[in-house]
Amino acid sequence: MGRIESADVVVVGAGIIGAACAEALSAAGLRVLVLDRGAPAAATTASGEGNVLVSDKGPGPELDLAVASRRRWPDLIDSLREELGDELARVEWEPKGGLMVATEPEAVGPLAALTRAQRAAGIEAVDLDAAAARDMEPHLTERVEAAAHYPEDAQLQPVLAAMALLAAVRARGGEVRGGVEAHGVVYDPGGAVCGVRVDGDAIPCGAVVNACGPWAGHLSVAAGAPVEVLPRRGMVLVTAPLPPVVRRKVYAADYVAAVASGAVDLQVSPVVESTATGTVLIGSSRRRVGFDDALEVEVLQRLARSAIALFPVLSGVPVMRAYGGFRPYTPDHLPVIGEDPRTPGLWHATGHEGAGIGLAPATGRLLADLMCGREPELDAMPFRVDRPAVIVGSAVER
Amino acid sequence: MSRVVVVGGGPAGMAAAEAAASRGVEVVLIDAAPKLGGQYHRQDGLSSEDRLAPSAAHADRRWTSPENVEHVPDASAWAVEAVDGGHRVHVRVGLADDPSREGRVFATRALVLATGAYDRALPFPGWDLPGVFTAGAAQALAKGQGVAVGDRVVVGGTGPFLLPVASSLVGVGARVVEVAEANAAVTGWLSRPTGAMAGWSKAGELARYAGVLARHGVPYRSRTAVLAAHGAESVESVTVARLDRDWSPVPGTERRVEADAVAVGFGFTPQLELALAARCRLEDGFVAVDAAQGTSVDGVFAAGELTGIGGADLAAAEGAVAGFAAAKRLGAVVEAPLRAMSRVRAGRRFARALAAAYPVRSGWQDWLRDDTVVCRCEEVAKRALYRAVDERDVGAAGPLKLVSGAGLGLCQGRICGRNAAELAGLDDPAAFAKRPIAVPLRLSELAEESRAEAPVDAEAAARPFGIDR
Repeated sequence: MGRIESADVVVVGAGIIGAACAEALSAAGLRVLVLDRGAPAAATTASGEGNVLVSDKGPGPELDLAVASRRRWPDLIDSLREELGDELARVEWEPKGGLMVATEPEAVGPLAALTRAQRAAGIEAVDLDAAAARDMEPHLTERVEAAAHYPEDAQLQPVLAAMALLAAVRARGGEVRGGVEAHGVVYDPGGAVCGVRVDGDAIPCGAVVNACGPWAGHLSVAAGAPVEVLPRRGMVLVTAPLPPVVRRKVYAADYVAAVASGAVDLQVSPVVESTATGTVLIGSSRRRVGFDDALEVEVLQRLARSAIALFPVLSGVPVMRAYGGFRPYTPDHLPVIGEDPRTPGLWHATGHEGAGIGLAPATGRLLADLMCGREPELDAMPFRVDRPAVIVGSAVER
Repeated sequence: MSRVVVVGGGPAGMAAAEAAASRGVEVVLIDAAPKLGGQYHRQDGLSSEDRLAPSAAHADRRWTSPENVEHVPDASAWAVEAVDGGHRVHVRVGLADDPSREGRVFATRALVLATGAYDRALPFPGWDLPGVFTAGAAQALAKGQGVAVGDRVVVGGTGPFLLPVASSLVGVGARVVEVAEANAAVTGWLSRPTGAMAGWSKAGELARYAGVLARHGVPYRSRTAVLAAHGAESVESVTVARLDRDWSPVPGTERRVEADAVAVGFGFTPQLELALAARCRLEDGFVAVDAAQGTSVDGVFAAGELTGIGGADLAAAEGAVAGFAAAKRLGAVVEAPLRAMSRVRAGRRFARALAAAYPVRSGWQDWLRDDTVVCRCEEVAKRALYRAVDERDVGAAGPLKLVSGAGLGLCQGRICGRNAAELAGLDDPAAFAKRPIAVPLRLSELAEESRAEAPVDAEAAARPFGIDR
């Protein structure tokens, strides 16, 4: 396959969001070039647990996006399988359900209120008492007070998923180029995007999608259209493979609050789940430390403690490794999906924080609908670029 | 804290501890083994006598730990963390299977990493059969426990290290059927008057090993490798063949050799976990150091095989330099250790010559069949690695692991990482080396509160010798 000299759209960032946008745009018949300064799916996407959740959000635009995405993933995987074959479309999709657990009496009321509101928004959320919760997860702590079961929560393997989407882009005549950094955007005299600047060169294109995840702020500044996207660090512990101990994705009721918090300080809320290979993943932590990736033992200690609190049986299990990554954080906790009104032809698709894997397909479709002038299935307004929390300054210097 | 913390009790770590202690500084010497010495001086674990010197240059005297050195044996350093003014080393003390092993934390302004290297094995068909050992494991069993890995052993790989391995096997009564050196013969290299060997004290030692092998009639063949091991339950025979310059087998030269064990060693891979956790800069896969063994990170020194493969003498010399520099950082009066520094320079010349003479050539990839397992923990075959690249365009270690499974098992890529990276065309030798938890530990151990430990004392440097007494 020859190298693409010019593209309808250049997507910058080959993580799950860039891949989903590129897939949706190429499905719409556009000629897409995906650039990544590193290797595809090697940064934030490779550091996630692969969550496809509807349980961790209260009613609102993000939940709408999550519901649309949750509906879309299985269809998308089916169509990729048809297009690419079983092996390339293998993403380890597992609709295993989630269990949110309240271990403190004072968490019971808020959990019930959350599930009530979620049910009103069309989410399947089943309230359980302690006995029913322990029936579902026999190794759960005896301190469980109440729980909620979310049958729709699912998991997939995020690197495989991103690569399947990128394989579809290639199969449709697009190209994915790793090791190429986009240094900025080229505008025509009328102020519209006409290319992407790469090392000593410019690639002509009609539109640019900024899908750089936690680094989206950097590209937005280089493109003269800054948006407020910040890194928020997370760590995950991985145990040695175990016989089945944890069946679903199990997490504490304070997880929703930790996700929604904007705190700079360390937030730790246990999320425990098994993978297909038998290892158990233990999350989740959040701390805004810039792009500092130094090891913090305190984070690992608190993750370990919180996981043992949920599943005391894990106490003697060996931990094989820890890994960390940066989530793209926006101050109002909503993704940014749409065209930048300051710079026609520059689009942003970022700010999904820890939910990018789950939100990817609906994000890609929304962006493609907007770019192609189709009626979107979701209200795009809440995700628009020019909202006060996200837009940095209004004047654009180029 | 105003003490030097040394991680690793081989020749480099021992020399570092001794050097720092000789300048009156308190030293903590952390080592994973029950006894000091590392692989080079592997001691009989049952003997009550410490009988070693930090390097061959001091082989005539016993090494006794100076009184201001606290030796912490059976200690697994599982994390290094940057804190204000220095680093914290997190350690579990006790045997790995002991549920009551203790957690300790050592804070220091002067950290010496001397974590060494482990030997590299290349995969080949049958390498997962019982009876196949790394050369280092075969040597450790022979030296540490007097056990021979087999009755008829083939030693294969590359580099001078194969000679002491074969020699220690002979020493414990094994019949070494053949030594297969994939590059040119070590003996030829030893006698070459290139200057690389000038002043290198190990030349005589190697000649002695060669003599032992000659006396026992052990054939030593260059440009030869073990291409496959065969057997139903365990190794019964191996296929040996000649190699061309790129290590592709020369057709028609294959021979079957009866053997019940194989020991293979293809150079060494530095144990980089702690250095990477401290965020030391690497160069060609080794920790980059300055003339005082300082890494790119303030207050962190590295010595021994972490900085390049050059044997015990170089390691000990680097250790001494690092120990003096670490003591100086804590305020001790230290003159430049000129003798040790000159031994380092000579050792590095030798190490460079060694690396040039005994590289691992890409032809080894042809020894593997498509279904030859590369990652034993997760049973990932060569085919899966090629497919990850060809079909999914994998271009970095993280995705390679997650797509193929290689390196995700219990060994975390220590054995297979470099091989998997090379097969996938990733040219970073340390691609798999980042392991924030350097050794596995139980979740409950991780959950434990760190025992209160005085913070790194930034003022200590202002006090003479920086010693609390």
